[in-house]
Amino acid sequence: MGSDINLIFKIAGVGILVAAAHWILKSAGKEDYAFITTVGGVAVVLAWVIYQLGSLFEQVKSVFKLF
Amino acid sequence: MQVVGLGLVAAVLAVVIRHNKPEMALFLSIAVGIIIFMALLAKVGSVLDVLKELSSRANLSMVYLGTILKIVGIAYIADFGAQICRDAGEGAVASKIEFAAKILVLVLAVPIVVAVLNSLIRIVP
Repeated sequence: MGSDINLIFKIAGVGILVAAAHWILKSAGKEDYAFITTVGGVAVVLAWVIYQLGSLFEQVKSVFKLF
Repeated sequence: MQVVGLGLVAAVLAVVIRHNKPEMALFLSIAVGIIIFMALLAKVGSVLDVLKELSSRANLSMVYLGTILKIVGIAYIADFGAQICRDAGEGAVASKIEFAAKILVLVLAVPIVVAVLNSLIRIVP
């Protein structure tokens, strides 16, 4: 639980950071860089969440003896 | 207690993020769901161990208990996925997931239904 809450803060931090970067790049007139930043942030967070989701499914499988 | 605190923190963070990046708020809610689920899964496992021990003491066939556990597991996973989809505003995908889970549960329950019908036929000639 203690290390898991770090993931929440990491995701929130990446979200705020990406939002700030998006806003700055947009106001600087670099629309495509802003889009790339957003996609990169989403990809990074998606990788973390997918990893966690995989371990959750493995645990459910082992607890309930699915398959 | 920990779960409630985690949920509150995550809700505040999600509200902060949702203004600018709704997709990050979705990831946040998925992560919270996973963490709470994993924290509770260990306790569910110990309860299931007790249940298995009781069933072996009562000479119940492990086939039936295993089927029931599989059904419960499918229901948990499907409910998790469906709720996330509904959170993301995809109600149609969520109901498809629930439909698939219902079909899988039905498939798993067929052997038990057949066993019940067999014993019924044996009793009533």
